[in-house]
Amino acid sequence: MKDEVTLMKGNEALAIAAIRYGADGYFGYPITPQSEVLECLEAQMPWETTGMVVLQAESEVASINMVYAGASCGKAVFTSTSSPGFSLMQEGMSYMAASEVPALVINVMRGGPGLGTIHPSQADYFQACKGGGHGDYHMIVLAPSSVQEMADFVALGWDLAFKYRCVSMILADGLVGQMMEKVVLPPQRPRRTEEQIRQQCPWAVNGRKDMRPKNIITSLELDDDKMEENNRRFQATYRLIEKNETRCELVDTDDCDYLIVSFGSTARISMKAMEIARKQGIKVGLARPITLWPFPEKHIREAAKNVKGILVVELDAGQMIEDVKLAVECKLPVEHFGRMGGNVPTPDEVLNALKEKFIND
Amino acid sequence: MEINDIIKPQNLVYRKPSLLNDAHMHYCPGCSHGVVHKLVAEVIEDMHAEEYAIGVSPVGCAVFAYNYIDIDWLEAAHGRATAMATAVKRLMPDKLVFTYQGDGDFAAIGTCESIHSCNRGENITIIFINNAIYGMTGGQMAPTTLLGQKTATCPYGRRADLNGYPLSITPLLAQLDGTCYVTRQSVHTPAAVRKAKKAIRKAFENSMQAKGTSVVEIVSTCNSGWKLTPQQANEWMVKNMFEKYPLGDLKDNG
Amino acid sequence: MATVKGAVTVNTERCKGCNLCVVACPSGVLDLKKKEVNNRGYHYAYMIAPDKCIGCQSCALVCPDACIEVYRVVEK
Repeated sequence: MKDEVTLMKGNEALAIAAIRYGADGYFGYPITPQSEVLECLEAQMPWETTGMVVLQAESEVASINMVYAGASCGKAVFTSTSSPGFSLMQEGMSYMAASEVPALVINVMRGGPGLGTIHPSQADYFQACKGGGHGDYHMIVLAPSSVQEMADFVALGWDLAFKYRCVSMILADGLVGQMMEKVVLPPQRPRRTEEQIRQQCPWAVNGRKDMRPKNIITSLELDDDKMEENNRRFQATYRLIEKNETRCELVDTDDCDYLIVSFGSTARISMKAMEIARKQGIKVGLARPITLWPFPEKHIREAAKNVKGILVVELDAGQMIEDVKLAVECKLPVEHFGRMGGNVPTPDEVLNALKEKFIND
Repeated sequence: MEINDIIKPQNLVYRKPSLLNDAHMHYCPGCSHGVVHKLVAEVIEDMHAEEYAIGVSPVGCAVFAYNYIDIDWLEAAHGRATAMATAVKRLMPDKLVFTYQGDGDFAAIGTCESIHSCNRGENITIIFINNAIYGMTGGQMAPTTLLGQKTATCPYGRRADLNGYPLSITPLLAQLDGTCYVTRQSVHTPAAVRKAKKAIRKAFENSMQAKGTSVVEIVSTCNSGWKLTPQQANEWMVKNMFEKYPLGDLKDNG
Repeated sequence: MATVKGAVTVNTERCKGCNLCVVACPSGVLDLKKKEVNNRGYHYAYMIAPDKCIGCQSCALVCPDACIEVYRVVEK
């Protein structure tokens, strides 16, 4: 069968991929630069074909709690938003983590803080990777750097979420969400039947069929010892995810003198900077974390073994750089280069930054 | 006839519904929640809906409702019960989905979700316990606290200039096109309990017949929060609450 | 003429002694134990005047803890 290649925006590719995955429901609220997700879903009318529910909610707060409920029913449900909306969702993220329900949440980041700008940013790195809501929790954070990955990470995110009973997040930015590229779309999969869900998710709230013991999804546990036990279980799951699911792309790191670490849209810009550098005889390699949590510490430590310095390129004031420094245990120079407020650097700016920090005196 | 001749299985006319399990309910003595829990369990049994009923419990005194009624439950974040019920019902339209919420959950922190769920006409039932106070956190002012009523956060009595007016939210919901049945009941007398049960039954049937959103407000007591005995609390409710929150159907589309 | 006889049982360990059943009873059948308490320390309800019970269920309907069972016999 020939691949179905089409040209579309990252946000649209994500929406179509979700329908094709066999999603059961989407609940979301418009916010730039990700509104195409909801627009595309409404235009596709999947309720007429796969039976998928699409609902424009009254707020991000309602959206995330609708997702929390749908996930508690064992359904494949998701929401998408952008930075200010994601801030509103933090309570729900914490509740979902505590209830161990599998869900997919997409944040197409824009520049903040506050209402900020509608242009690309990566400044929600801390919020996504360090737990934006209350309590000790993590979610799997996937960072797409192409329209293709916007589509591919939908299935990956959901598969991981159901495997570990956790929340997966696609942490994109306005650039990846808005740009158009060619993308190979996945084939349509059927939605799971209620019977399949009962087998896959015996914990799901979907009624006591045949009077099975009742299922309760709650994040409340007033017995301190039991709540500590819950926390130990969460942490054990996180250690397992760290062991099994850490992903990183390494490009030309075998012989490099300098390493750029960058994710998402800036990784593509850095890739171009690397090409220009190599033409000028400067051996630069690139490490692109695909999972931001779990952070690919070992990959980066390995790639940085023989380098003179690491440049961390991100669209913020320096967030991922902290994890890079921890990865190499501060044993070599790690510098940051980034733009803020919705600005995106050119490859030349990245290369100049690398030269200024490590090569020029 | 001796008592032992009367107390025989064949003469049993009223018992605890079996869906209401043997767990000791944490509610204070005389709390209206217990009666409403019992009615919800009875109606689900009467409808034979045990296998497809899903409840959404709130944050507030009824947070542990899931421990007492043996059906599947979700426990919502504060105020978000109707958003959760919306998703559950849309994803599984063949289920009986209801929320059980207090006045703080439903009419303060959750007002946005409450109004929009009703306005969308979600085919869910909302059981709204209005006792004019925050019970669980220790008797603070609720959106429905009456003017002059003393609580931990309006210790000299609620004042309109300081605290705003008591919110009568049910009539607002009756105005929305999405609601099909909006009623205000109480459970302080045997007759009131019978009427409240009929209202819950009707609401649940509406939900299964996809008629829109049904809202059953139960004007209730919180004798601990009100610092009265259960009997005095009932009397205080009749005297003070029913004037601001009169009982009866506000909307019934049949 | 038919007479109606009733009786109730109280789940004394479930009872919280709220007294609402005592108030609801139209015949003065029920009262709370004055001295005895259950395991949680509540003065539980009991039939102080069982002969007067007509099995009307008023007590059970208003009971917040569903601890009252009602039995009823119609004698012809």
